[in-house]
Amino acid sequence: MSTVTAEQVEKVVRDALESFGAETEGVTLETTFEELDVDSLDLAELSQIVEEQYGVVLKGDDMKQIASVGDAVSMIVERI
Amino acid sequence: MALVTGGSRGIGAAAAHALAVDGWSVALTFRTGEREAAEVVAAIEAAGGRAVALRADVTDPAQASAALDDAREALGGPVLGLVNNAGVRDDDLAVSLDDERWQRVIDTNLTAAFRLVRDALRPMIRARFGRVVNIASVVGPRANAGQANYAAAKAGLIGMTKTVAVEVARRGVTVNAVAPGFVRTALTADLPDEVVDGVPARRAGTPGEVAACVRFLASDDAGYVTGSTLYVDGGLSA
Repeated sequence: MSTVTAEQVEKVVRDALESFGAETEGVTLETTFEELDVDSLDLAELSQIVEEQYGVVLKGDDMKQIASVGDAVSMIVERI
Repeated sequence: MALVTGGSRGIGAAAAHALAVDGWSVALTFRTGEREAAEVVAAIEAAGGRAVALRADVTDPAQASAALDDAREALGGPVLGLVNNAGVRDDDLAVSLDDERWQRVIDTNLTAAFRLVRDALRPMIRARFGRVVNIASVVGPRANAGQANYAAAKAGLIGMTKTVAVEVARRGVTVNAVAPGFVRTALTADLPDEVVDGVPARRAGTPGEVAACVRFLASDDAGYVTGSTLYVDGGLSA
């Protein structure tokens, strides 16, 4: 059983998005990466951050399945 | 900190020296030239620089990955400069070139370089800074009978350089190629002096002249240069 909460993961994702230059104010779990102008390179870096933080490896195919902030948080929480 | 593959001699050794002069801590890999690699390290240190030599066959994915890790540990920081210099040639006319010799040249000159770029990009992207310089060749963009394998690998290296460059440009990471012409090194020791007759400059280049271009492309001044191929060939490709 993981001790990492969805809220903690969401914070990691939000911090990552900010570091990519995305405007995260008003962002909800439903906000899509397209709306945030987050592209494939950003997602590749997000996967790297997640791997460093949680040891979870998200491959390119995994990243193609996530379209929103909530998708990312759910996938990461599932894999931890 | 920078990693230079094939850094024990020739262009690689000169590039390691040049980067060290610019303040880079340098890890250089060698496959067989342990003594030469130690001499390069000693010379860099004698000049006030910092360097370490690592034995690695970069065609082996595990050894290539370990070289990046070892470099980081030995010099205490992420690899933010990568010079893909390790290369081989194994010449023959295409009609006589067997699969093994084709593959060996592709593996060393292209596939190994790609793997190192891929792995090195991760810390560079995170650092919002990185310099990749791939040592290509005039052979590739330009024909050279007897080198179908080498030409394919080096042309591939230039193509890879351009595409990776645009993928990571917005993270402050530049990816460029240097394309030497005829440079006197161990790799070209068997070539006759008459080769220079076809070179507009009428002489062979030196490893130092190639290294100077590597040094520039790795510098802060070259931050807006990416996806380029800088020819160092005495006019051969002009």
